[in-house]
Amino acid sequence: MQEAMIKRAKELLADGSVKRVIGWKRGEFAYDITPAVFESAEELDKDFVFDVFTSANVSKYLVKESKKEGKVLVFLKPCDTYSLNQLTKEHRVDRDNVYVIGIPGGPKLDIEKIRAKGITGILSVRNENFTLKIETLYGEETMPFSDAILDKCASCKSKKHVTYDELIGEDGDILDSDRFDMVEKLENMTAQERYDFWREQLSKCIRCNACRNVCPACTCEKCVFDDPASGVENKAAADSFEEKMFHIIRAFHVAGRCTDCGECSRVCPQNIPLHLLNRKFIKDINSLYGEYQAGADTTSRAPLTDYTAEDCESSIVHERGVE
Amino acid sequence: MQVNENKEFQPLIVAFCCNWCSYAGADLSGTNRLNYPTNVKIIRVPCSCRVNPMFILRAFQRGADGVILCGCHPGDCHYTSGNYFTRRRMTLLFSMLDFLGIERDRTRVEWVSAAEGAKFAATMNEFTEAVKKLGPNRRLEDLRCRKQ
Repeated sequence: MQEAMIKRAKELLADGSVKRVIGWKRGEFAYDITPAVFESAEELDKDFVFDVFTSANVSKYLVKESKKEGKVLVFLKPCDTYSLNQLTKEHRVDRDNVYVIGIPGGPKLDIEKIRAKGITGILSVRNENFTLKIETLYGEETMPFSDAILDKCASCKSKKHVTYDELIGEDGDILDSDRFDMVEKLENMTAQERYDFWREQLSKCIRCNACRNVCPACTCEKCVFDDPASGVENKAAADSFEEKMFHIIRAFHVAGRCTDCGECSRVCPQNIPLHLLNRKFIKDINSLYGEYQAGADTTSRAPLTDYTAEDCESSIVHERGVE
Repeated sequence: MQVNENKEFQPLIVAFCCNWCSYAGADLSGTNRLNYPTNVKIIRVPCSCRVNPMFILRAFQRGADGVILCGCHPGDCHYTSGNYFTRRRMTLLFSMLDFLGIERDRTRVEWVSAAEGAKFAATMNEFTEAVKKLGPNRRLEDLRCRKQ
């Protein structure tokens, strides 16, 4: 796969149809793979990588890259194409300036889950017939592939590319996913239990803003949380309000625009299940205003910029569920 | 939150009222000599859809125990469709607050027209009682803003 991608990228760079390539490159370790922009065949040969850890959604990088001169080649997994569609719809990305090659999606791996098994000193990870061969400083270890899958890939919603110019590999289908199970479980708890759950989770927040920075829907040039006068622009010691404010508003601002790519939870250094907040909004929108998948197309109206005269009153929240 | 001399809890209620209907409704309840609690502090907004979810959280941060949002009845918005957007927005916000375990009776949306002075007073009486029962807002308060 990696070879096929590099080969195609080189061809497109050589005939001048694209100026830059967005993909992934290795970081300090084999598993900390980071998005990168490549401008020459040599760079591609040296650094380009595509393997079980290339989970980052690179569509957000197009906001800046597509404004530069010349076309950009981008490799997108199915889930990433939803984000691109959403960005195109919001006029954040100039789709004409982007050449999309669809590549097969995950499942991708979570290094933390491998570490949780007590495996340290990891040098490389290979997938052989759904068994991971992990080479470490202390010898080789193995573990089942399914035990190390990223949470966002474990509840994958779609393997279908919603936008692409060409495909490498096969296109998949929209899947039946169990992604709302955890939201439902929380909804069935009492208010006190939910409060305790979220206080425990959100109090871990260190306000690194990684969830905001990685989110392909969070592309405001000026963010309300960068304003020092707001009183919530950074971590306040011993105060939980600032965490709640940040996380409610972060999730609310992408409500109806969130494609559920799961990047917020993936990048969280404190492992807060932030995607649950986004999924709560998605679930509510689906049940109250009709099924809606952000990024599935570039023409539909987002639920929060639309209305009908027959919409339910907000008192519905007071009437349903567990108190 | 205020505590008066006999230590009875007096909630602080923030009411966002739209300029065209609910604010006029509040005015009418005043000219009709109808009583509603002094706990209610009205903030006039040009339209109920002017209220950003952050305003509501901000009110709780600064010590409100309950927040109520009043606007024109659906279909009667001075700007044609503002309150329809409010309705969707607030439904989702309240649902999220509920999801986080914040007491659901601390927030409410009520449609009050300029002719409904009596409804305004009744709504405020009822809402203040409900919040009084819940007690001080502890789950969504900012300790830095608490008055000594």
